Amino acid sequence: MGKLNATAVAKIEEICSRYTDEKTPLMMILSDIQNEYGYIPLEVQEIVSKHTGISVAEIYGVVTFYSFFSLTPKGKYVIGCCLGTACYVKGAGEVIDRFSELLNIKPGETTEDGLFTLDALRCIGACGIAPAVTINGKVYPKLDSTKVEDIIYQYRWNETHGEEAPTA
Amino acid sequence: MIENIEMLESHSAECTKAFDKKLKGIDGKRHIILCGGTGCLSNHSTEIQDKFEQLIKEKNIGYKVEVNQVGCFGFCSQGPFVKIYPEETLYRLVSVNDVEEIIESDIINNTVVERLLYVDPATNEKISKQDDITFYKKQKRIALHGCGVINPEDINEALGMGAFKGLKRALSMSRQEVIDEVLASGIRGRGGAGFPSGRKWQFAYNVESDEKYVVCNGDEGDPGAFMDRSILEGNPLAVIEGMMIAGYAIGAKNGYFYVRAEYPIAVNRLKIAIKQAEEMGLLGDNILGTDFSFRCHLRLGAGAFVCGEETALLNSIEGKRGMPRPRPPFPAVKGLWGQPTIINNVETLACIPFIMREGAQAFSSVGTENSKGTKVFALGGNVNNVGLVEVPMGTTLRELIFDIGGGIPNGKKFKAIQTGGPSGGCLTEEFLDEPIDFDNLVAKGSMMGSGGAIVMDEDTCMVDVAKFYMEFICDESCGKCSPCRIGTKRMLEILTRITEGQGTMKDLEDLEELSETVKANSLCALGQTAANPVTSTLKHFRDEYIAHIVDKKCPAHICKNLMQYQINLDKCVGCGLCAKGCPAGCIERTYYIPEGHKLASFNIDTSKCVKCGSCMAACRLKAISKN
Amino acid sequence: MNKINIKIEGISYQVDENLTILEAAKACGYEIPSLCAFNHGECNQGSCRVCLVEVEGARGLVASCVYPVSEGMSIKISSAKAVTARRESVELLLSNHNKNCQQCDKNGQCELLHVANITGARDDAFAGVLTETHIDRLAPGLVRDTSKCILCGRCIARCENAQGIGILGYENRGFNTFVAPAEDRSFADSPCIQCGQCVNVCPTGALMEHSEIDKVDAAFKAGKHVIVQAAPAVRAALGEEFDYPIGTPVTGKMIAALRRLGFERVYDVNFGADLTIMEEGTELLGRLKNNGVLPMITSCSPGWVNYAEYNYGDLLPHLSSCKSPHQMQGAIIKSYWAEQHGINPEDIFVVSVMPCVAKKFEKEREQQKVNGIPDVDAVITTRELARMIRRAGIMFNRLPDEEWDQDIMGDYTGAAVIFGVTGGVMEAALRTVYHALTGKEKEEIVFTEVRGHEAGIREASIDIDGTVVNVAIASGMRSAKVLLDQIKEGTSKYHFIEIMGCPGGCINGGGQPYVRSCFLPNESDDIMDTYKEKRAKALYSEDERQVIRQSHNNPQIKELYDKFLGEPNSHKAHELLHTSYAAREGFNEL
Repeated sequence: MGKLNATAVAKIEEICSRYTDEKTPLMMILSDIQNEYGYIPLEVQEIVSKHTGISVAEIYGVVTFYSFFSLTPKGKYVIGCCLGTACYVKGAGEVIDRFSELLNIKPGETTEDGLFTLDALRCIGACGIAPAVTINGKVYPKLDSTKVEDIIYQYRWNETHGEEAPTA
Repeated sequence: MIENIEMLESHSAECTKAFDKKLKGIDGKRHIILCGGTGCLSNHSTEIQDKFEQLIKEKNIGYKVEVNQVGCFGFCSQGPFVKIYPEETLYRLVSVNDVEEIIESDIINNTVVERLLYVDPATNEKISKQDDITFYKKQKRIALHGCGVINPEDINEALGMGAFKGLKRALSMSRQEVIDEVLASGIRGRGGAGFPSGRKWQFAYNVESDEKYVVCNGDEGDPGAFMDRSILEGNPLAVIEGMMIAGYAIGAKNGYFYVRAEYPIAVNRLKIAIKQAEEMGLLGDNILGTDFSFRCHLRLGAGAFVCGEETALLNSIEGKRGMPRPRPPFPAVKGLWGQPTIINNVETLACIPFIMREGAQAFSSVGTENSKGTKVFALGGNVNNVGLVEVPMGTTLRELIFDIGGGIPNGKKFKAIQTGGPSGGCLTEEFLDEPIDFDNLVAKGSMMGSGGAIVMDEDTCMVDVAKFYMEFICDESCGKCSPCRIGTKRMLEILTRITEGQGTMKDLEDLEELSETVKANSLCALGQTAANPVTSTLKHFRDEYIAHIVDKKCPAHICKNLMQYQINLDKCVGCGLCAKGCPAGCIERTYYIPEGHKLASFNIDTSKCVKCGSCMAACRLKAISKN
Repeated sequence: MNKINIKIEGISYQVDENLTILEAAKACGYEIPSLCAFNHGECNQGSCRVCLVEVEGARGLVASCVYPVSEGMSIKISSAKAVTARRESVELLLSNHNKNCQQCDKNGQCELLHVANITGARDDAFAGVLTETHIDRLAPGLVRDTSKCILCGRCIARCENAQGIGILGYENRGFNTFVAPAEDRSFADSPCIQCGQCVNVCPTGALMEHSEIDKVDAAFKAGKHVIVQAAPAVRAALGEEFDYPIGTPVTGKMIAALRRLGFERVYDVNFGADLTIMEEGTELLGRLKNNGVLPMITSCSPGWVNYAEYNYGDLLPHLSSCKSPHQMQGAIIKSYWAEQHGINPEDIFVVSVMPCVAKKFEKEREQQKVNGIPDVDAVITTRELARMIRRAGIMFNRLPDEEWDQDIMGDYTGAAVIFGVTGGVMEAALRTVYHALTGKEKEEIVFTEVRGHEAGIREASIDIDGTVVNVAIASGMRSAKVLLDQIKEGTSKYHFIEIMGCPGGCINGGGQPYVRSCFLPNESDDIMDTYKEKRAKALYSEDERQVIRQSHNNPQIKELYDKFLGEPNSHKAHELLHTSYAAREGFNEL
């Protein structure tokens, strides 16, 4: 442990104590933590274990059984780069590399500010608009590596200014 | 607070009056209602509502028109819907831009907006009333009672449509009489296996215990099925009432809803309905002045298909991995926290108030010899009318697909219908006139399942379909028992080999043997039925498997390794649209100029082609084909 | 118990009600092949599908391990359908199994191989990819190799049932499921106490002790003075590896075997046990007299010590500072013995034969070294010893009975022998404490009130000439936790507590021979219910046979104090025979 700050520990303990009337509240506790933090790492499971008396291994087993629970945090914006064959031959590799370079993360990772997660996807069936990238479900068609910087800029601008970035 | 039966009766009567006023325009107002099902909501139903409200305010016509949202209309492919009472004019495919016209023309000038009416594809006639549309004509609404009519977030509208009349009658009967009534109705579980619900209740009733539970299974996970979601979104109180009747019958004081976390709207409406019922005293201690007390609890799933299996669901509520338990002991004897428990699916419970309200006879008079009542289907795939339909048991597949479903789009040929989701099987042309009921579907090699009905046209590769379902099952297998955990993986490996052109005839034998093994040896129904899509496609479409294996061809041109795109050089006018859109850059101009053409044709270098299909989509002359 | 009528293969039988088909069939003389089934449901129930049978009227085949018999039931074990189904279940398991059986230490005692043989599994049926393998070899005590795992869940259940700590669990789902400590950590990086109970129940080679046979071989090769010492519980169980009935003490043959394996000296850890009693008894008397920290808790079980360090860091002052017997004896071998024989301690290699895998961890502890030299260099389990005996071609049952080496540390008492069973340390200590307080020996030597062979808690108040000593005994951490929480809450009434890591004590240690009816044809079917009692009996009977039954009367112990250590708890004794503990983080940051 030690990685969690006192506020987080207090919050998780509060979540654990929400369901003291329930017989077996583990799923409810985990759902709340997942909703609150976006993931349930081991050190959080240890706190839940202390509160519920359920072993960490069992909690870990539950977390990895249900696909709704995640062990690692996802960013606010999940960038999914399609690496299906059609996208790949049209330069998706360069696109994802550019994202990777600009965000300074590898596929599967999340930026330190928690803003972006970069995922490599299997074919998303958008071959006609290859290479395709989805950001939180929104599809960006026919990208090339030169457009990547603008997209990131746009999202960062929205974050700080709360509005659409002026288009160049 | 409604403290006794008399208060319920008088309050319900008022609600009915108020509700009638609204529907019939007796209050002198027009009522605009919008579909609030998940499908329409994601198509901006809420924005449309906002726009209506904004315009009504701007135009100051609030005195004569009101806007409300209701549950799912069912006809999802035509949504979003706007319906106007009392005329019951139905507008479909409405967008925010249409709102102004509806207000101006219909509300203010009483002129129907013709272009937003449904057009019957068969007759090309415009139809203004919902009930006149073929999609709705053959339906009979028991489970979907109130869905798309009442505001699901207002308990009074539900009471206005007869809610709690069933419970009221049940409470006037002995517990055994209630069970007898359910037995007499002949209702069988709507969640999959079709076990008689009354017998389940009887088992749990027979076990002595201080604590018993009713669990509502709302973990609807079949890809393409959304009956339970729509019922919970459209009339949650009906399910609550069904659960309460079940609780009264078996002697339970607590009921648990287990609903998928992926259904936020359903969950929210259920929460609201529970809260409103509690506030009115319709849930809690001494309901309606009797000694019957009942409370509803809500638990959310967390993304595991197997939790639709009832013992896995119980484990999930108990905070464990959703791995099924061996049976016996059956849940009716030893279920949730070791206590006698009945688990009924949402649709089943939604039918219970009807049975108690209208009597067992009213239910059993609908349907076939061994399958009573109606069944809700989520009709999808290659069919014109995609949506939710409730039909009497015994309706034929042809009626379902061609009358209600409006047939196959684009003039394609019907190939098969998959019922029962990944646990079911496919039924071909020869079965189209078979009546739909529990036993008949099983006899024909499929099953009712929870009600998913996916129509497939001639362009569907059945090996690919089998692979799709096997992939799903493999992903969702809990991993507890070895036949399902390993056997489904092995089957998927074989199917993948076949679709990639690496299959052998020995693979077919292995596939058959594995199907038998997984079916016979698995612990729970998920495993026991996992091979059904393989078994039924092998039975009806064996030649397609052989084509993949022996001829290395996918007859439907779906399996990418076994098909090629080809340009008909004589049809090609050399416009180059295909080459422009080709992501692989494998289309080049030839030196061949067909007679009468000005430009040389294009050709595809199949060794470089990634088979994305964008050339075929780009070609305006249909000069590109798959083979 | 009411009897009911059933039919198997058409023949009528009367069996107890409440049995599973598997149990009932066994009582009627049928062994249905089964794999995951274990000890009254201590497993992931009905998961392997190897014990499928046909039951008339039931839908499909049923798993006999979880399906209860009922009046009038008709069961078919050998129908073609059932036979095929069982074979195919095994074949599926094999298709996802790392089949390097020849190299697997479980070879010969593997239940999967056993059922594969019985069911006639075909070569390479259903071949395909294997689930990704996870291997953990970091912990000194245990090795985990998921390529051998069949997900029967016995280890998970045992860890939870016996120790209440639930280190092991399932991770992921479906084909990707595997068993591991949370986050797929090593046992070394999780609060695992390395008791090895999981190893005892594993049907395959997925969980094994971390073998140190190679280390022993290397020591011989390097020409070291290789001294072996064997713990009391080993002699009570080693015979099982060579087809002796459970509970047959094989002390003499074991000594003969060890000698033939080439060990320079063959000693009994019982000498160390007597020494432990001298030190620990004195420590207890000191604490009683001087208002020391009470209750004092025994510390000879390394699994328990691990548990305390992970979970009860604030209670560590309650633990006796005494090392465990084999560590004490190792320290004496490398000091007193070495001195007497004029051998450089660095040239001595001490091997302990233990019923335990946590001892493998214990010997590595920094706190167990004297001047940087470990007391013990290698720990092998009872099972590993059996392997070494077989490897050497020794026909165990034809060995003569031989005696321990007698020089310097050959004597031992009955008190030391019973260390191997729960309550034994307590009883041995009480015999000596009685003498220390009264100056005489207790007439009725045994303290029956502290005896027992089962897990759980036993307690007693012993009145020794007016001094009342309240004692409690627990084995298995699930039971120990109750006593520890009492101390934490300040409600503990005890002066002295004995805690053993494994349920039943060392006789049921994580290094003991596997108890499986399929490999023990001479045992009755209920061995899982009786083996602990039988092994305990072997030790109690050896105690009875001893002339000297109190540690303080061991002449060589007296000599050791006279010549070398001075008196119990002396400065020198502390230096060599005592240790310290430190709280540890369960899931340390990696």
